[in-house]
Amino acid sequence: MSLEEIRLEHVPDTHRVYVGLFRAVSNAGYLQSQLVARNSDFEYAFIDASSVLSRLQLLAAVYKALTVLLDGTLKTPNVHSEIVCSLSPSNNISEAYRRWGITDTTKDVVIVKVLFPTESRPQPPSASEVFSHLTEAVKGTPAPLTDAELAECTDWPKVRKYYKLNGAPTLDGKDDAAKTREMGLLALGGMALRGL
Amino acid sequence: MSQQEQEHQFPPPKVLTYPSATSPLLITQGAEGRLYKTTYLLPTLPCALKYRPPKPYRHPTLDARLTRARILAEARVLARCRRDGVPVPAVYAVDEGAGWLMMEWIEGVPVRVGINAWLGERVEREEEDGEQQQQHGSGKVGEDQEPLADVMRRVGAAVGKLHKTGIVHGDLTTSNMMLRPREGHGQGSERESLLEGEIVLIDFGLATQSAHEEDRAVDLYVLERAFGSTHPRAESFFDEVLAGYRESFKHAPQVLKKLEDVRMRGRKRSMLG
Repeated sequence: MSLEEIRLEHVPDTHRVYVGLFRAVSNAGYLQSQLVARNSDFEYAFIDASSVLSRLQLLAAVYKALTVLLDGTLKTPNVHSEIVCSLSPSNNISEAYRRWGITDTTKDVVIVKVLFPTESRPQPPSASEVFSHLTEAVKGTPAPLTDAELAECTDWPKVRKYYKLNGAPTLDGKDDAAKTREMGLLALGGMALRGL
Repeated sequence: MSQQEQEHQFPPPKVLTYPSATSPLLITQGAEGRLYKTTYLLPTLPCALKYRPPKPYRHPTLDARLTRARILAEARVLARCRRDGVPVPAVYAVDEGAGWLMMEWIEGVPVRVGINAWLGERVEREEEDGEQQQQHGSGKVGEDQEPLADVMRRVGAAVGKLHKTGIVHGDLTTSNMMLRPREGHGQGSERESLLEGEIVLIDFGLATQSAHEEDRAVDLYVLERAFGSTHPRAESFFDEVLAGYRESFKHAPQVLKKLEDVRMRGRKRSMLG
């Protein structure tokens, strides 16, 4: 088991994206406290998997955070916190942390790590170094980040509320598969517009 | 590389200068913007990127504000339509500062192309069938035209759905509608499939929010005029669009009544501007 490397379209080769999923995490509160304390060893996007509905939606948030990073217009401390905020369909940062970030009640955690050369660290750490740090720090079971695995974690009523999908006329009369697909697309639109 | 340079006679947006599995393709160039076919997130997910480049003839501050406002307006209209079940492309990503909008790539051909192909085939067929028909003595003209009438009614229904949600398109033409092949429907007999598919409305660059009968009627009038000049041989079929529209929402009959006024005086209500 290791982190999965993802090559996103329209992202420079210098920036590498790694994703992973940990199920049944028992020390979410500790992980959150490390983020709050700005511990630089814990520069990860820790995402509450129950608020995520698909892999594509997650990648959309990663891509958006990367475009902001490349633009030099980060609104939060780093690209990892920006990923969490990019999942939100609004501009409220603390609400985004609360809804998509890790909290002490989080059970399943999606982890994203973006590796790129910086001035202080021209040679970013390797994926295996990152993964071994994660397996030490996160008390949980690593799992592949597939749509099937994610679907087991998703809290649908919550997601429908967060992305304002309740009562969307387009969802009427669709079968379950089509509904899930359409909800994913509506969420992408909400994230892209963030209430603008 | 030279091919790529040809496609990029104008500098592409910065986002398209980063690597992707297949290089972006310039699809069309309008007065205000350009449309590229490229990919979103994954090499397997095609998308349309609409880019409004900076206009050198405008003051930079004004230019940035107009571009931002227009990109956001279009994205908002698309998102609203999508939520309400109007057949439009889904919004994937927006960078209003950089002047681009990424959306779902719609497969298929514009309705204009489908109709012209169908009309073209029909002429050939009639010429071929000419002798046979004389032999058999029964022309099946009415039955033959049903696919065209049907696609027109579907166009009317799609426009009605759009109007119902409180949006007017502003530039309805048969080029701004796609015929998206339905999933699982293999290409049957070629001629049969020319007018098959789901109508998807595209290019909301001039769309506005309005629920006025007047604006809706003008939307239909613009389509009627565009249809008459694009497909002069099928002009008589425009009534089918109106028939499809009439059934699509409660206020449609009032809009059609208003359309008669608009026909009398043209698109502009006042003599100014």
